[in-house]
Amino acid sequence: MNRIDNAFKNKPIFMPYFPLGYPDLDTSIDVIEALAKNGADLIEVGLSFSDPLADGPVIQKATQIALEKGITVKKSLAALAELSKRGVTIPLMLMGYYNPMLAYGLEKFVHDAREAGADGFIIPDLPMEEAGEFEALLGDMLLIQMLAPTSSNERMALIARNAKGFIYLVSVTGVTGARSSISDGLGALIARVRAHTSVPVCVGFGIGTSEQAKQVGALADGVIVGSACVKTIGASEKPVEAAKQFAAEFRGALS
Amino acid sequence: MTLLPAKFGIYGGQFVPETLMPALIELEEAFVSAKADAVFQAEFNKLMASYVGRPTPLTYAKRLSEKLGGAQIFLKREDLAHTGAHKINNALGQALLVKRMGKKRIVAETGAGQHGVASATAAALLGLECVVYMGVVDIARQEPNVFRMKLLGAEVRPVSSGTQTLKDAINEAIRDWVTNVGDTHYLLGSALGPHPYPTIVREFQSVIGIEAREQMLRDVGRLPDTVIACVGGGSNAIGVFSGFVNDEHVELIGVEAGGSGIASGKHAARFGDAAKGRVGVIHGTRTYVLQDEDGQIAETHSVSAGLDYAAVGPEHAMLRDSERAFYTSATDTEALSAFQTLCHIEGIIPALESSHAVAEVIKRAPKMRKDQVILVNLSGRGDKDLNTVINEMSRE
Repeated sequence: MNRIDNAFKNKPIFMPYFPLGYPDLDTSIDVIEALAKNGADLIEVGLSFSDPLADGPVIQKATQIALEKGITVKKSLAALAELSKRGVTIPLMLMGYYNPMLAYGLEKFVHDAREAGADGFIIPDLPMEEAGEFEALLGDMLLIQMLAPTSSNERMALIARNAKGFIYLVSVTGVTGARSSISDGLGALIARVRAHTSVPVCVGFGIGTSEQAKQVGALADGVIVGSACVKTIGASEKPVEAAKQFAAEFRGALS
Repeated sequence: MTLLPAKFGIYGGQFVPETLMPALIELEEAFVSAKADAVFQAEFNKLMASYVGRPTPLTYAKRLSEKLGGAQIFLKREDLAHTGAHKINNALGQALLVKRMGKKRIVAETGAGQHGVASATAAALLGLECVVYMGVVDIARQEPNVFRMKLLGAEVRPVSSGTQTLKDAINEAIRDWVTNVGDTHYLLGSALGPHPYPTIVREFQSVIGIEAREQMLRDVGRLPDTVIACVGGGSNAIGVFSGFVNDEHVELIGVEAGGSGIASGKHAARFGDAAKGRVGVIHGTRTYVLQDEDGQIAETHSVSAGLDYAAVGPEHAMLRDSERAFYTSATDTEALSAFQTLCHIEGIIPALESSHAVAEVIKRAPKMRKDQVILVNLSGRGDKDLNTVINEMSRE
């Protein structure tokens, strides 16, 4: 059993997102370690891009700061390896846009990501239609498939058929960022996805509080929290402490 | 599988979040059915004639030709189209598709403001809600167009993220679209972005090339030796090129923004800078993109807001690789000089974007014989650029 499948033994799982290099590289490594050791079941480790078109203001700002402070793909992969050295054993997914991966060289990127301990990838601007070239390089690593409220049943069937690990279900049409409430249609949307696949369904985009996480956790196999995690930790003068508290609070709400 | 080819050789494609894929599929279906629908075509053609004022004239630039002493120069006058640039052709075409899809709202990006004005115009004409995203830097340098958009009933939303120019306006337009995709169409203004946009925009702009070819044959009795157009995203160029791409002996030249010179690093010459201009993916398409070693999109510079963009339309990338078209660049200084030349000796105030194409004519025509012919696509008029030109001239 690979690390991702293993992570889903106790559902629903808590899956925070945090970008490497924010507020600076060392702190981001400490933060991700703290999230991992205080309740996160899987972490989306963010790679920064100058033009993050699927992201809302919080993640835009954080990744822009990371870039201004000099984060690169190479430094991000070295940081990932450092996390493994520190005894982080939960699965780590690299989340980023396609162009920096292309610029690094796709084959080299996948190879180096594996060496650094990544379990797989989440690439928001790489839909099914364009993923073939990347998927051919993956071996045992995973490219997580994304579905959205706009996906037709026909597309859901096609995409879900290839899904491994889990499905990343975007809960709302829009960019990343907390919303005031969970969409009423979420239960029906999840049911629509489950009709096509037995892999776990994790819900992201728009989940801002542990109360909302609890609501979503009652319906889904995993809860993805990005902007709220970045905002809370980024606003704290003690980011590592904030990360510990954040992970414990959300893990607690899902237990 | 897409209904139409999604790629131009290895370029193009659909690199967008899943949320948008169904909208791209819907748009492609609407476009394919509209293309086959005589009623839609008749409506589009009627608007092109009675509202846009097409066909736009072909003007013989007699004094410019004499001054340069070489090739005879003809101008395709897209500056005389309603709203002052070729952008209206695509904006009206897509706005008709919006009605066909039953959507009520459009979002658009704009650099120079010409596409924003064209979108606002089309929205006013067809009763659509219109929001235009524009970088703060561009708002400052194209102020007249901001007023025009507001007069036409559009909401102009300033974009202060990133480089605060066209690239960031596109990011924000896409973010709006992904949020409101149920009732909103993204009226993309250039031959870039994910499929089917590059194809749709080329088709609506192909009217330029079709008219120009007919006019050349009728008025001059022959095809041009060379066709020259400026290339930002590349919609006016692809429009005029499409009329001649099958005439193998007609040379096609695209002119990028050379800014302060390629060596300065401050430019928007995607093909012209071999170090920074590499194949990548931005705004949903695979094409040549100015970027750093880490794949971060580079800052660009041009005196013309409409050419100040880090990527080029994917079909141009294919035409360049196949050497069916050639691409060069003109600097800010060369473009400003060409701007003044055309004002002085032809009585035509060109857009700063189009002035880049004129700058290439000034370099090239003297080296050609007098019995040779250059066709220049004069993509827009320069009224919007007067503030910029006054500032640049006072600096000299």
